Amino acid sequence: MARKAQDYDDIPGTFVFDAERSREGYGINMFCMSLMKDENRKAFKADEAGYLKKFPLTPAQADAILKRDYNRMLELGGNIYFTAKLGATDGHSFRHLAAVMTGSTQEDYSKMMLDGGRSVEGNRSKSGRDKPAGKTKSKSKTSKSRSKRG
Amino acid sequence: MARITAGVASSHVPAIGAAIDNKQTEEPYWKRVFSGFEKSKEWMAKAKPDVAIVVYNDHASAFSVEIVPTFALGCAAEFPPADEGWGPRPVPTVQGHPELASHIAQSVILDEFDLTICNKMEVDHGLTVPMNLLFGSPKEWPCPVIPLAVNVVLYPPPTAHRCYMLGKAIRKAIESYPEDLNVVIFGTGGMSHQISGPRAGLINSRFDKAFLDNLSKDPKKLTRISHLEFMREAGAEGIEMVMWLIMRGALDDKVDEVYRFYTVPASNTAVGHIILENKRKAAGKRPAAGKVKRAAARKAIDIRRG
Repeated sequence: MARKAQDYDDIPGTFVFDAERSREGYGINMFCMSLMKDENRKAFKADEAGYLKKFPLTPAQADAILKRDYNRMLELGGNIYFTAKLGATDGHSFRHLAAVMTGSTQEDYSKMMLDGGRSVEGNRSKSGRDKPAGKTKSKSKTSKSRSKRG
Repeated sequence: MARITAGVASSHVPAIGAAIDNKQTEEPYWKRVFSGFEKSKEWMAKAKPDVAIVVYNDHASAFSVEIVPTFALGCAAEFPPADEGWGPRPVPTVQGHPELASHIAQSVILDEFDLTICNKMEVDHGLTVPMNLLFGSPKEWPCPVIPLAVNVVLYPPPTAHRCYMLGKAIRKAIESYPEDLNVVIFGTGGMSHQISGPRAGLINSRFDKAFLDNLSKDPKKLTRISHLEFMREAGAEGIEMVMWLIMRGALDDKVDEVYRFYTVPASNTAVGHIILENKRKAAGKRPAAGKVKRAAARKAIDIRRG
């Protein structure tokens, strides 16, 4: 069954962890949860594909985990607080994973954050219909900082 | 009777905890963040709460996807720090206040807030990081804590309005507790941030500043923010800010803002922090004549402002 359309699907670059994704991604998240234990981290690292067989995962989900495709994991029902445990097993921080998910280098991502983060201007809506919630229109100041990030 | 005297809001970024644990607080990147809490620690040392209620969210530590309670109140005698995958944070075990916690549970459930009661629960950085920021890193935490874990991980979290109203119910519960206790309530999480997906790194300082302004002066306005607006404007994980409204709902309508701090970034997140005090009440006394006059004058100004 196709995913039911939701108002928040209009937010670009965002996979909201809702009831449907939670149901679909139960196996991904429980697998990630198992990585809280050191012995499980070791077992997973020793035989990744074999370890994944213990969890109810679709082939696409298992593939996303093995490839460390973090966006795909979210799309298939993973949640960032859970998938971050897989990242931690690989020795990566939240910030490292965030950079990976945005497709930028670690250096560029760090610089973007130090420069004030990703601007909301131009990042509110896929359809482009939505204006900022406040009454004020966006100022050119913010679009300048956006272009700087490329 | 017990009374809430103040509310504190603070981000609870895990990297802040890691910076404390790894002794990096003097590095320039982190000093910028920690220096904003120096005055807060002084304030807290003077406020000397008998109990702190800490509204926070669990990050797949105590609760996985097996059980997802919307509001979970910690009624245990103690709450050990959770192992979040790197071993538990080296912070003291949090001592609870089971008597007051179960009193709150009973009161708010009869007020139609159907809490989950946790008699055994571990607490993660969501709770311990704000405690470090306000209490420092003592050998023992200076007061008992009642954790209130709110689901903001699985969509939908409780609405902003629901959170605000829960705060009011908590206040009522506390004020019906016979022992004289000075209670401070924490709202944690936020401010704008997104740590998931291609839009990660989103920060919206304009939204955050307006949120802080309204938290102080016009919180009811914030109760009308929809989940869609929170996620669109403040990032998918910025929706955590609903938890600040539980804190705010538990305070007087009019409060004194005694401190505010805001900086970008800490890791992926905008750090926001505010301290709000209830106006001191002289128990059983009528307001002094001067105060009445000032209140009347303020009202007149409000009317003129429309």
